Amino acid sequence: MQRAQVEVTGSEQVGPYTLLHVARGGLDPGIPGQFFMLEAPGRPLPRPMSLCLAPPGELAFLIDAIGSGTRALCALQPGDELAILGPLGNGYRLDVERPLLLGGGIGVAPLPYLSESLGRPPAVLGFRSEGHAEAARLVPNAEVVIEPTYVTAAIPAGHDVLACGPEPMLAAVALLEPGAQLAWEAPMACGYGACYGCAVELDGELKRLCVEGPVLPAEAIAA
Amino acid sequence: MMILNASGCLDALTAPTIARSLDAFVTKTVTPLPREGNAPPRIAEVEHGMLNSIGLANPGIDRFLSHTLPRLGELGVQVWVSVGGFATADYADLCDRLDDRPEVAVIELNVSCPNVDDVPASVGEIVGAARAATRKPLYTKLSPATADIAEVALAAQKAGTDGLSMVNTILGLALDGRTLRPCLSRGAGGLSGPALKPIALAAVYACYAATGLPIVGMGGITSGRDALEFVAAGAPSVALGTILFSDPTAPGRIRVELANEIGQLGVGELDNVIGLAHAKPPGPSEISSRTAAVSG
Repeated sequence: MQRAQVEVTGSEQVGPYTLLHVARGGLDPGIPGQFFMLEAPGRPLPRPMSLCLAPPGELAFLIDAIGSGTRALCALQPGDELAILGPLGNGYRLDVERPLLLGGGIGVAPLPYLSESLGRPPAVLGFRSEGHAEAARLVPNAEVVIEPTYVTAAIPAGHDVLACGPEPMLAAVALLEPGAQLAWEAPMACGYGACYGCAVELDGELKRLCVEGPVLPAEAIAA
Repeated sequence: MMILNASGCLDALTAPTIARSLDAFVTKTVTPLPREGNAPPRIAEVEHGMLNSIGLANPGIDRFLSHTLPRLGELGVQVWVSVGGFATADYADLCDRLDDRPEVAVIELNVSCPNVDDVPASVGEIVGAARAATRKPLYTKLSPATADIAEVALAAQKAGTDGLSMVNTILGLALDGRTLRPCLSRGAGGLSGPALKPIALAAVYACYAATGLPIVGMGGITSGRDALEFVAAGAPSVALGTILFSDPTAPGRIRVELANEIGQLGVGELDNVIGLAHAKPPGPSEISSRTAAVSG
């Protein structure tokens, strides 16, 4: 992991979400599913964000402005600077034969970069509204479902599932696809194993999600 | 002058490079038995700081001695081991078991974790028992949540502590914006970060005056200027906590900023700043002559 002070190069609306582009600043984009800690201007703690896209010379993060930190990040303008740390954690294993990407809501964030890395495999994305579903344009070859239909109703058989989304979705996917790789989230202060804040129950023990995950085999989490 | 981490704010084995940027690494508190810690969520951001209710998650002394300590000893950085217990005898046992381990430079007695229910015995009693169990230097970590912290520090001094680490976090509560329920599963948690700094400075100031013991000052240090203030209040060394979460490069940065602050102050060496806040303010004659010099 490395820390760099980088400049915001762009900020675009994608439905209700913001796609924040920053200069790469010598940072390695890492493996899809890994994440970065983004300094949230004016807040004491940074925010963990999985990498959404890695255009040449840039890193891009899809952010849902749901709290003080994410609102501060979404308010950044081109030319503003922020410190970012990463890449952190363990990403998806890419040695899969028939990948299928599943995303729910803001959980689509790591899928565009993952899709590129896997040669644009099919994807099923679920959203709570048509407005939120605008984010589907970031993911190639995606079928979209809108609540009350869930992604679990649209999983074709015979695939290696790679998923990211809200906890109930991941728990449901884990039951249907025990071999799936799932990207989880938890409140985190540091992202590199120092704060012990992101504890999750893994194999019957509390472990740090930032060190063990955030991508985990479906059978690891007691859903 | 040493820059350390505050106990529980760095895992040297997952982040060895950051540990090596410190003058000494302080372990997360080790207890007699393994502890998972409290249920999540166990951190929450607040204005000017954060709350944690980790609850002394650690592998327990047996596994610490067999697995963790040997690896810490290979890092090439001085190791301070923080210990915590739930009875005086726990501290004595923990110190006894660390006593012959060459990897351990200092034992820090955590007598002040706000995230456990069991209240240990008096600080003097614990320090006395630990003192009898080890020849290692002992630093006692104090809580600011006491009516007279200088009195506690004096009790620790009388019982044989070699130094003080201060301060631990102080209990705070954050409520969820929508539900108005506590953000942490445990309810309240330890407040750290810049919000703690004035409380910590007052504690260092009082204990330096009362005991003259070496102090590792901590509580909301984010810059060289903050570190300078702790030195002036009486702490020749400082520890970094919450700032490590947002800026793991803070040890090196703060060392440089502190050197610049000392340079700008024009007092020569850092040693000349230790306890400077306790120096008598300039007397009336000095002030009037300065004023005259300025106006003249």
